[in-house]
Amino acid sequence: MRSESILAEHIYFRGFNGEMIEGYLARALSLQSVGSVVVIHHMPGFDRSTKEITRRFAEMGFNAVMPNLNYREGPGASSDDAAAATRAAGGVPDDRLIGDVAGAQDLVLSLSNSNGKSGVIGYCSGGRQAVLSACNIAFNAIVDCYGAFVVEKPPSEFPLPITSIVDQIPKLSGTLLGLFGADDKYPSPDSVTKLGEILSEYGKDFDFHSFEGAGHAFFDSSRPSYRFDSANSGWALISKLFTEKLGDGS
Amino acid sequence: MCTYLTNFVHTQGSVKSALGWQSIDETVVYFDHPVHLHKEHSLNIDFRNSNLGVETRIGIELSRETAKELAETILKTLDQVPDL
Repeated sequence: MRSESILAEHIYFRGFNGEMIEGYLARALSLQSVGSVVVIHHMPGFDRSTKEITRRFAEMGFNAVMPNLNYREGPGASSDDAAAATRAAGGVPDDRLIGDVAGAQDLVLSLSNSNGKSGVIGYCSGGRQAVLSACNIAFNAIVDCYGAFVVEKPPSEFPLPITSIVDQIPKLSGTLLGLFGADDKYPSPDSVTKLGEILSEYGKDFDFHSFEGAGHAFFDSSRPSYRFDSANSGWALISKLFTEKLGDGS
Repeated sequence: MCTYLTNFVHTQGSVKSALGWQSIDETVVYFDHPVHLHKEHSLNIDFRNSNLGVETRIGIELSRETAKELAETILKTLDQVPDL
């Protein structure tokens, strides 16, 4: 169900520890009930390209919200300055991420036209964070777009406190769609295969696609890594999953 | 890929922007996605003053080749300095 009319705005809501953070909310102006999507931005931050993605979900007929994971390090700052400050501070802690995503989910599920179903999607670092979120918060559907360090351990010299989350996979809620570039190194094709094996071992519902000729960040139309054919195929798979799992008929 | 690679240099220095001169106390060096340079990855340098707002950062994004040449040129220049 597409929504010809949407409303997009900057908002503030309670995230981790009840702290107020910034978000970007794009609503489908529909009198019918709709599903909800939490969008987790990539490492470059709460920027124009990820706001475009959030609006696209509203146009697709969902209520979508993206928390600004870097808000605390740079309230009111531009997205690149806030992302740089977060990097310098050691990155987004996992427990804070989970709290912020839970707050974002609460917000969209409380909207008057919510049907009570929700999904989460993340890009780049957000891919891992989407999986992590769904291991700690109930989602009906999850999309991991080339998230690294879900399975593989970061190198010993790794500067940020990112760890593998394999031990949390048994807790994964919902159906997981994984979209990867066959030329990506993080996550590598071997890591993707390993994650699939672990998901199978725990009887999780998942669907993985690795696109030939694509590397990391193939969805990002503002970067040289953009691959329109892989991105279009990926968007079709996302639409199918969210329609099936977040729609009223599911 | 996001490399996440990040290194820090405690810094004594100053930078100039359109707002004028400011002191800096930290330099962050990383190799990851640029915001503006038309490359998939770049060598990025943030000159920061930890006592000022994050928006006062001076950011630089360089191609790998330029970054190497710049680093070598800095060292070469320092080697050329006579005893002062």
